[in-house]
Amino acid sequence: MKKVATISILLVLYAAYSSWIYTSGTAIAATMTTEAMRGKQLWQRLNCQTCHQLYGLGGYMGPDLTTVITDKGRGAAYARGMMLSGGRQMPNYHLSVQDADMLLAYLSYVNGTQSR
Amino acid sequence: MSTALNHDNPNTMKQKAIANRFIVLGFACLLLSISFGLIASFKYLIPNFPDDILSFQHTRPLHVFLAVSWIFAAVTGIIYRYIPDISGRPLYSVPLAKTHFSLQLATIVIAVSGFFTGHFSGREYLEFPPWITVIIILYWIMFVTNFVLTVKPVLKTAPVYVWMWCTGLLFFLITIVEANLWLLPHFNNNIVRDITVQWKANGSMVGAWNMLIYGSTMFAMQQITGDSKMGYNKISFAFYFLGLTNLMFNWGHHTYVVPAHPAVKQVAYIISMTELAFLANIMLNWRANFSKKPIEAYRLSFLFFRAADIWVLLNLILAIAISIPYINQYTHGTQITVAHAMGATIGINSLLLMGSVTFLFEKQMKSKWNKTILRGLRAIHVSLLFFWISLIGAGVMRAVALYQHYYFAQVSKRMLPFLQLFSMSGIFLAIGIGVVSYMFIKVISSHISI
Ligand code: HEC
Repeated sequence: MKKVATISILLVLYAAYSSWIYTSGTAIAATMTTEAMRGKQLWQRLNCQTCHQLYGLGGYMGPDLTTVITDKGRGAAYARGMMLSGGRQMPNYHLSVQDADMLLAYLSYVNGTQSR
Repeated sequence: MSTALNHDNPNTMKQKAIANRFIVLGFACLLLSISFGLIASFKYLIPNFPDDILSFQHTRPLHVFLAVSWIFAAVTGIIYRYIPDISGRPLYSVPLAKTHFSLQLATIVIAVSGFFTGHFSGREYLEFPPWITVIIILYWIMFVTNFVLTVKPVLKTAPVYVWMWCTGLLFFLITIVEANLWLLPHFNNNIVRDITVQWKANGSMVGAWNMLIYGSTMFAMQQITGDSKMGYNKISFAFYFLGLTNLMFNWGHHTYVVPAHPAVKQVAYIISMTELAFLANIMLNWRANFSKKPIEAYRLSFLFFRAADIWVLLNLILAIAISIPYINQYTHGTQITVAHAMGATIGINSLLLMGSVTFLFEKQMKSKWNKTILRGLRAIHVSLLFFWISLIGAGVMRAVALYQHYYFAQVSKRMLPFLQLFSMSGIFLAIGIGVVSYMFIKVISSHISI
């Protein structure tokens, strides 16, 4: 009986914690524009996270891109150039300018969520 | 209730055969996974490695997906083998298990062909298109049904490993659904929520498969050491509940950098420190456990479990260290996390699964096969150590270089020697895993028709 009670308490706590995480625990002010949303879809379709992390989630072959837009020494123009023509290890996806801009809009949105 | 394994009961031939098929499928996935892992790591050794179909974007998802498929297929087969013995009656439905097998196999084939043709969900770890999840949930429900209806008579007085399996079965379902919440705009339109929930789902899913694997290990160890109380004593249950708490709440240490509510970090930090109890338990019982003698017939499986113990210790120390926010701030997003993930999936999960498979077949194995498998185990153990250390080395280099605001190309340069060591030790690791997997496929298919 004690075991069943322990597990029930844990399950209730888990459910409560999960619903808090799904709502106010992760509420932020920034909103996503349509362009950023399209950029996110593209990001997923092209599987950019195989090499890049956003907030630490993703593969490690390439750099974390969470703050690529505001970082000193990187910035939007640099990011755009890299996306359009690739780098030493970064593949050249032969993206159209529109696609690169959508990806950039997504990365700018991500960068803007840095502080709550 | 009978907990002794009866290897020769002809009535159970059919159910054994289907369970064995899962295990063989698991080893086949493992062989493929390490092949793609090797190809992916060549990118570090040979920067101009051909970039078309075997590019890193293809090989990494293949490697990860097949590694996870190995774990799930193998542990499923092992559990299907154990439960008739635990409940003292045949598997509830062999046809259901067969359908489960066909669906699981189909999922793997579809996902792998999808990766080759560039169909990704673009989500970390679960990179297959989301609709495949529907099939996964379907076969998982079949598995749960077969499991519950087979072990039903012993549920009331269940030993801790049955609790662990039930937990793993339930939480896999919860987390696979949770991992797909991003399909809803409420999650998809908020990156902080999306990433947090992804870490949460992935972290707890690992907890779920750990429950399945540790449960299987405990059942085997109970037979191997002849300690039949192991599954019922209070300490085992206390650690089970601590494990469950960690499964539910410990994922948060991955999200220290995510700007969610600060309480997420505090909860994660407090919970991750409870891991010190696991550590203390291992340290305190280290000598006693190592001086335990296995029943002679199970010497090889005992060795697999002991080897895994060393990896539990090393990984636990690493996990606790990177859960300390001050350290995590530098190590997150570096290869140290990879060291943690690979050390756990290879050193702990895979060795424990191999130990359980050995336990199932050891009595029927020729001694020359035993010797080859033992050599494979040694190769895995030693090369994994180099592999693990090189990843930590690369991670430290990355952390230091990023802290000093180097360009990524310079960061890569600093990491290179470590990544080369990583690739080299990966070759030996792959040979070790390859030998063991090949031998098991041979053992299983030579003794029982699959
Ligand atoms: C095969 C791994 C790989 C994939 C896949 C990949 N990248 Fe990269 N990316 C890199 C590497 C490595 C760099 C660092 C520059 C270099 O060495 O080429 C980089 C650099 C960048 C940069 C510049 C940031 C910096 O700090 O250098 C941006 C922006 C970028 N990638 C965006 C993307 C996008 C968008 C995608 C998906 C369409 C993508 N990457 C896919 C490996 C990858």
